[in-house]
Amino acid sequence: MTEKLLSVDDLVVEFPGRRRSEPFRALKGVSLDIRPGETVGLVGESGSGKTTLGRAILGLAPVASGSITFEGRSLTGLGRRERREMGQDIQAVFQDPYTSLNPAMTIEAILTEPLGVQGVSRQEARSRVRELLDAVGMPTDAGGRRPYEFSGGQRQRIAIARALALRPKLIVCDEPVSALDLSTQARVLDLFIDIQRRTGVAYLFVSHDLMVVRHISHRVAVMYHGDIVEFGDGDDVTRYPSHPYTQKLLAASPVSDPEEQRVRREARRALAEAGS
Amino acid sequence: MWSFVARRLAGGLALLVVASSLTFLLMNINTSGIALRILGDQATAEQIAAKEAELGLDRPITERFVEWIGGAVRGDFGVSWFTSESVWHTVMSRLPVTLSLVVGTVLVTAIIATALGVLAATRRGAVDRVVQVISVVGAAAPNFWMGLMLIIIFALTLPIFPATGFVYPGTSLVGWASSIVLPITALSLSAVSAVSQQVRSAFIEVESRDYVRTLRSRGLSERRVLFLHVLRGAATPALTVLALQFVGLLGGAVVVERVFALPGLGETIASATTLGDVPLVMGVVAISVTLVVVVNLVIDIITGWINPKARLS
Amino acid sequence: MSTETAAAALTPSAPAPRSLTRRLLHNPLGILAIGTIGTIILLSVLAPLIAPHDPTYVDLSIAFDPPSAQHLLGADSAGRDVLSRLLYGGRFTLLGALISLSVAILVGLVSGLVAGFYGGWFDTLSDLSSSLLMAMPSMMLLLAFRVVVGPSLWITMAIFGVLISPSVFRLVRSGVRQVRGELYVDAARVSGLSDTRIIARHVLSVVRAPIIIQGAVIGGISIAIQSGLEFLGLGDQSVPTWGLMLSEGFRNLYIGPLLTVWPGLAIALTIGSLVLFGNALRDALEDRPTAPRLRADVARAERTEVRPVGEDIALSVQGLTVGYPISESSVKTVIEDVSFDLRRGQILGLVGESGSGKTQTAWSILGLLPRGAITQSGAILHQGVDLIADREAQRALLGRKLAYVPQEPMSNLDPLFTIGHQLTFPLRKHLGLTSEEARRRALALLDRVGIKNPERTMSAYPHEISGGMAQRVLIAGAVSCDPDIIVADEPTTALDVTVQAEILDLLRELQAERGLSMVLVTHNFGVVADLCDAVAVMQNGRIVEQGEAHSLLRDPQHPYTQSLLASTLDSTDPRAVADQKHGTPMEATR
Repeated sequence: MTEKLLSVDDLVVEFPGRRRSEPFRALKGVSLDIRPGETVGLVGESGSGKTTLGRAILGLAPVASGSITFEGRSLTGLGRRERREMGQDIQAVFQDPYTSLNPAMTIEAILTEPLGVQGVSRQEARSRVRELLDAVGMPTDAGGRRPYEFSGGQRQRIAIARALALRPKLIVCDEPVSALDLSTQARVLDLFIDIQRRTGVAYLFVSHDLMVVRHISHRVAVMYHGDIVEFGDGDDVTRYPSHPYTQKLLAASPVSDPEEQRVRREARRALAEAGS
Repeated sequence: MWSFVARRLAGGLALLVVASSLTFLLMNINTSGIALRILGDQATAEQIAAKEAELGLDRPITERFVEWIGGAVRGDFGVSWFTSESVWHTVMSRLPVTLSLVVGTVLVTAIIATALGVLAATRRGAVDRVVQVISVVGAAAPNFWMGLMLIIIFALTLPIFPATGFVYPGTSLVGWASSIVLPITALSLSAVSAVSQQVRSAFIEVESRDYVRTLRSRGLSERRVLFLHVLRGAATPALTVLALQFVGLLGGAVVVERVFALPGLGETIASATTLGDVPLVMGVVAISVTLVVVVNLVIDIITGWINPKARLS
Repeated sequence: MSTETAAAALTPSAPAPRSLTRRLLHNPLGILAIGTIGTIILLSVLAPLIAPHDPTYVDLSIAFDPPSAQHLLGADSAGRDVLSRLLYGGRFTLLGALISLSVAILVGLVSGLVAGFYGGWFDTLSDLSSSLLMAMPSMMLLLAFRVVVGPSLWITMAIFGVLISPSVFRLVRSGVRQVRGELYVDAARVSGLSDTRIIARHVLSVVRAPIIIQGAVIGGISIAIQSGLEFLGLGDQSVPTWGLMLSEGFRNLYIGPLLTVWPGLAIALTIGSLVLFGNALRDALEDRPTAPRLRADVARAERTEVRPVGEDIALSVQGLTVGYPISESSVKTVIEDVSFDLRRGQILGLVGESGSGKTQTAWSILGLLPRGAITQSGAILHQGVDLIADREAQRALLGRKLAYVPQEPMSNLDPLFTIGHQLTFPLRKHLGLTSEEARRRALALLDRVGIKNPERTMSAYPHEISGGMAQRVLIAGAVSCDPDIIVADEPTTALDVTVQAEILDLLRELQAERGLSMVLVTHNFGVVADLCDAVAVMQNGRIVEQGEAHSLLRDPQHPYTQSLLASTLDSTDPRAVADQKHGTPMEATR
């Protein structure tokens, strides 16, 4: 049996409610696993908890119960410092290319920040920066410039380079292409795939777009209101889903062929009627 | 809405308690020379001791504070150690003076600052720059110096307004107005400066929001869009600044009352603290803080009425 | 996208935002302010060296003397040289302000950082304390403190520093909270940075400038308060300070009014330049360049030959060219020679990526372009009237025959008014309905657009409803006054895909029911396939291809359209298949 890189078991995440109201359960007991070198896609609409799950794995959300196990070791219940030490194996790429890079720092400073924490020497860090920029298809002299000089797609590439700096085993990607133009989106997605093929890094790829997730994921999990309602092979879940919610999601995603879209529209209407 | 008001009142009460305790503590740390100052240099040691016992200075501080609070809630603030006048009476007779001053300033400020801020925000260009200059001048000149300048110009050189003195509205309405014009002008300059800046920047910021474009797309007149919708949006931060200014005004009143020889609370507390007249100081502080609480409450209520989201906090 | 971001997105790649100091130095007022403060500080520091006389030397024979060669500013009530007293006075005044400033920033910065970053009980406690402090009249408190600490200036100013620290605290705390929520701080955490490093690296740099601005303000207020106390005679009478000079001048106001002018001017000048400095810094911080004014000859629009169109055309856009001035004499064009006809009852999709000009085109039709936009040439024909030549006509149509559905539902409703108010007022204005009639019609509309509880929504505020509901409200508003033409700017982009499908259904139904003509701006070809009869593809401000939706989507001619359609992932292979084709299959997943 292939070993699991990351395993999430019955994870519950709660956020404190305002004043006297009930705490809000963002995750109601979810379980999934990721194997080395694989991409697990996580798809859902707003409020589904998909971002929260990603953040919980990164240690950015409060876990109420359940466990997250990485390479056999538990991530939950760790102190801040231990968490930081384990952190270099799990990195992140976020959605907004405009606010995920500190606008006041140079690209080189941004890329060497994670390296500095791990005690890498300045010299080594600088050559690593060139290596990273090359790996994501950016000009190697970009180091001295600042984020505002680059387009959204280029900034995401830099964010990916930052995530790769520590040679992680898993990267949590939180809607990394949602804010990009159509043409840029395709290119950045292919970059993700290319990197995975070359380095064997695993991804948890969060997105609201079924087709994006289909393109990049080996397995797909569908979330709805804090639960995982379906988890399985990418092709199956995104083309022949078994859960009614996933079917509804698929039917609601418009396609660019008018005939096909009409058919899909009918299917959606039929689903809605069947449901009511 | 009511829970909102209740919460604000509770906060006001807490403020009153804290301010009173702090003041009482400060005033009573160093009470050694008071008896002497009251009785005069000729007093004997016995007389001093007797006076101290009479004033209760030999009793523990906490006991005296509780006693004071007990009296205060009934409206009995005791008697001035130096004049033997009822503190309540003194404070109440001085209150109208300070009230005329600060409330008048708040009203004048609200009107002028709004006008200037909106003008600067909508016309831009030269008008904007003029308003900025007025702002800087208003912020730069300390209010009491402004008062002095105003006296020199409008009371001494051109005898339009009285240089000193307060006329009670009961005596003569015109006299009252005339006696407070210069002091209010002196006080409001810096307040107008701060509030108009806030109105201007808030107005510009709100006008650039998406929903203003959508409102225009519904065919509403520009006048309605600006003066009903944008102004309302800009009102909340402006009101916050106004509330803050009010607190500063009470401090400003202390000095301005001296300049214009107005028998108000500011003048009272200045001399009372120098003498060490504890009951009088406590009385003035209690009333002033109550004033702040009331004004803040009014402004909060207006804000809550304008901005439904504010009612939640 | 707000007006600001729209305009900003269009300013051509601006020259690098210059560093803060450089921007500051380019502001003439800023330079003046810094110069003035510098001079005052210098003069005060050098007082012992440059003062012509001993400031405490009393010579009653020259009391109240007017300015002379010996005494440039005259002599005061005790015959002391005014100029010397002014110079020495500066030292104490400035030193006092420095003390309160330092205390205020120290207390405010540290507590603000801790409270903002860690939250918790410290946050609640310090928030409470700062509210209490801010509500207490500081002058009165200082007077009370004076009873305890005596006339010492330094201690009094230090206490004042504590009293005024809440303003710094508030500033720092809100700045920290804002940064704490930024993604780049999350990224730093994930990279393993410790909290102290995150604060130092990312947080401090953000609050630095606002603190300096606030510091300038505090400096000014400190000087005023200090002078006030001295004016009341509560300072040390033997030390010359500006406040003391004012107090002495006041006592002798009728004899020597000029004596109050000099110290007052000194104070006003110092505070004034501090205020100006703060303003200049704030302006440099915001760096919002006001749009340059175009020269009249450059701004004049070209005359466009209008091509008449048939009755069946609802709207005809002809040769539309719009730009924004980047200098006095040049304009950056954002849409160029855009032409298309909208048939009656037709839905036309305007497709493009960001920067294509599709939103600018939409706003041009409505007359809602941001301030500073220049329509360089073109015509928009509606029922024979060119809306660009006749702006009055365009304004008259807006909200009636010409309606707008915006992109972001939540930010497009006025948060201070109920949904009902925002719906009914235009009904009363344009259709002349009474408030009762308008209310009934609004309720019916809300019901028609699929809102479950119209009554409750009518009296709700925008923050009390969901995004999907808000979009339905906006659509209801758009159709409420029976328009002929609707311009919808990416009406479903901000919504979940399931809600999107419902909204598109709604738009289709409304269009069919009322025979509306629609311009639908979108970047999603699926939406085009779902809803549009015709489509125009835009790139870099131009239309590169247009035609019937069916044929264009199935068989695009222009390379750009082809590449865009190829980028859609509709018929993409699932990953496992792509891997196999690439030769890097993963081990069997089952």
